Amino acid sequence: MGLRKMVDKMKPTFSKGGKLGFLASTFDAFETFLFVPNTTTTKGAHIRDCNDMKRTMIVVVVALIPALLFGMYNVGYQVGMTGFSAFWFGFLKVLPIIVVSYVVGLAIEFGFAQSRGHEVNEGFLVTGLLIPMIMPVDVPLWIVALATAFAVVFGKEVFGGTGMNVFNPALLARAFAFFAYTPQMSGEKVWYACDAVSGATALESLSTTGELGVNAVSGESVSVCDAFLGFIPGSVGETSTLAILIGAAILLFTGVSSWRTMLSVFVGGFVMALVFNWIAPSIEIPADAAEDVAAGLASKKAFMSIAPYMHLIVGGFAFGAVFMATDPVTSAQTNTGKYIVGFMTGALAIVIRVCNPAYPEGMMLSILFMNALTPLVDYFVVERNMARRKRRIKTVK
Amino acid sequence: MKLNSNLTAPLGGNNPVIVQILGICSALAVTVKLEPAVVMGLSVIFVTAFSNLVMSLLRNGIPSRIRIIVQLVVIATLVILVDQVLRAFAYDVSKQLSVYVGLIITNCIVMGRVEAYALGHKPWESFLDGVGNGLGYAMILVIVAFFRELFGSGTLFGIDIIARFGYVGNSLMLFPPMALIIVGCIIWVHRSFNKDLQEK
Repeated sequence: MGLRKMVDKMKPTFSKGGKLGFLASTFDAFETFLFVPNTTTTKGAHIRDCNDMKRTMIVVVVALIPALLFGMYNVGYQVGMTGFSAFWFGFLKVLPIIVVSYVVGLAIEFGFAQSRGHEVNEGFLVTGLLIPMIMPVDVPLWIVALATAFAVVFGKEVFGGTGMNVFNPALLARAFAFFAYTPQMSGEKVWYACDAVSGATALESLSTTGELGVNAVSGESVSVCDAFLGFIPGSVGETSTLAILIGAAILLFTGVSSWRTMLSVFVGGFVMALVFNWIAPSIEIPADAAEDVAAGLASKKAFMSIAPYMHLIVGGFAFGAVFMATDPVTSAQTNTGKYIVGFMTGALAIVIRVCNPAYPEGMMLSILFMNALTPLVDYFVVERNMARRKRRIKTVK
Repeated sequence: MKLNSNLTAPLGGNNPVIVQILGICSALAVTVKLEPAVVMGLSVIFVTAFSNLVMSLLRNGIPSRIRIIVQLVVIATLVILVDQVLRAFAYDVSKQLSVYVGLIITNCIVMGRVEAYALGHKPWESFLDGVGNGLGYAMILVIVAFFRELFGSGTLFGIDIIARFGYVGNSLMLFPPMALIIVGCIIWVHRSFNKDLQEK
């Protein structure tokens, strides 16, 4: 264990009173990154487990890998390449986004940790990978940098760092980029890494025509199977439902994420889509309506009546449900709360998708919105439980 | 000495916006551009100063149970005066500010100063207190508007500053939530310099 010895030798220099003592938290971050720390919690109830937060975060990163690798391949595929060259092309396009997101985010994290004298938090390992995966591939890098900085400072550090944040930082980064630089974050161009090709995302064409649209390169219409496997334009990591489900299996098998949240998000989305299916036939297009109004209503009706499972496989629904809604910090803490918040997240996402004409993707807004309501839901669940137990005491007496 | 502190305290340690957290709504609404923010600031300075002065002059003649109504009459009169003057001489800005000039009536700072200060102090002191608090409010408004216009549109007072260098406007800056975040940042900076204001 040469590395261990080296770290031990360097330690006195970096601890309090040492020559480089002011860098203590930076040193600590690298040490705990390399080795499981030998310190234990001194107070409060705790569970004995060999896992610490860094190891937990690594599991999430591993779960993200299938979707990321497929996303890279898809970037190349969408501009007409196949095989390894498609993957390599996508890799070279996506890598800079990942590098920028990690460098900017970690620099700010380290800066804050240094100035406040607490240890560097590891939450950014996951956030830093999530941010590139929910960006369109053609996004300018300075937007990624700015959005990451915003998310880390205003999403996390002002609340007190990892574990204290109300909102999911990665989604906050996307929301910032989307609302601040709408032209660079949406439209027909940004989903393709090459200027010659352009087209709407599968979700956008679904929302306007009720069909999945056509493949911008081959000109063939997109099948449901393509959409499930992920051969559709969209943000880097969100297109392949299959790869996301592999990630979900990893997360559930290792027990890192809650199946309650995940399941209830999907159920919520499915039920809400069914409700819209049920409403859709009753929408009547007035005969005297203006042409554009009638066309708008017709496309709305078509979007309302698509099969519920379509909602779950296009756009960011599956990605949000598996990797964002289950974020251990911002999701509900109580089991009942997980069901309620999950269901409402899924349902709200479909409502925003269908009812908001300006913006077809509702998952981001719905998760952020439910993040804000989660503490409230938890509060009422706990209150109700207390009331129930109080009643039980009375009956025993 | 005491009179001076009437004027300066609201600019620093006792700022109505960032310490007492009053008048936030209009601070979010009128700070997209610098010009309306400055005009709004001047209007509020005028209203706080003269409502304080008038109420201080009247303070011994008003039965305390009807004082709120009298305050409202005085403040509303002053606000209508401001509104009419703006419409006559600065019509464009007045249109940009729309209802927010009228809403100065409901600005907590105006009523707050009349209630908390003018009813118990002499006219000149009250007048200075009003000017000071109006200035404190205007100062925050101008700071917020400066950042929002500079980073949102790349201009200042409508003059191109950084947009000419290819700066891409951050449209989130033009939305009210960003004003709230900027006010939060000002509070953050302010508290880190004023340790006694930090909550435990």
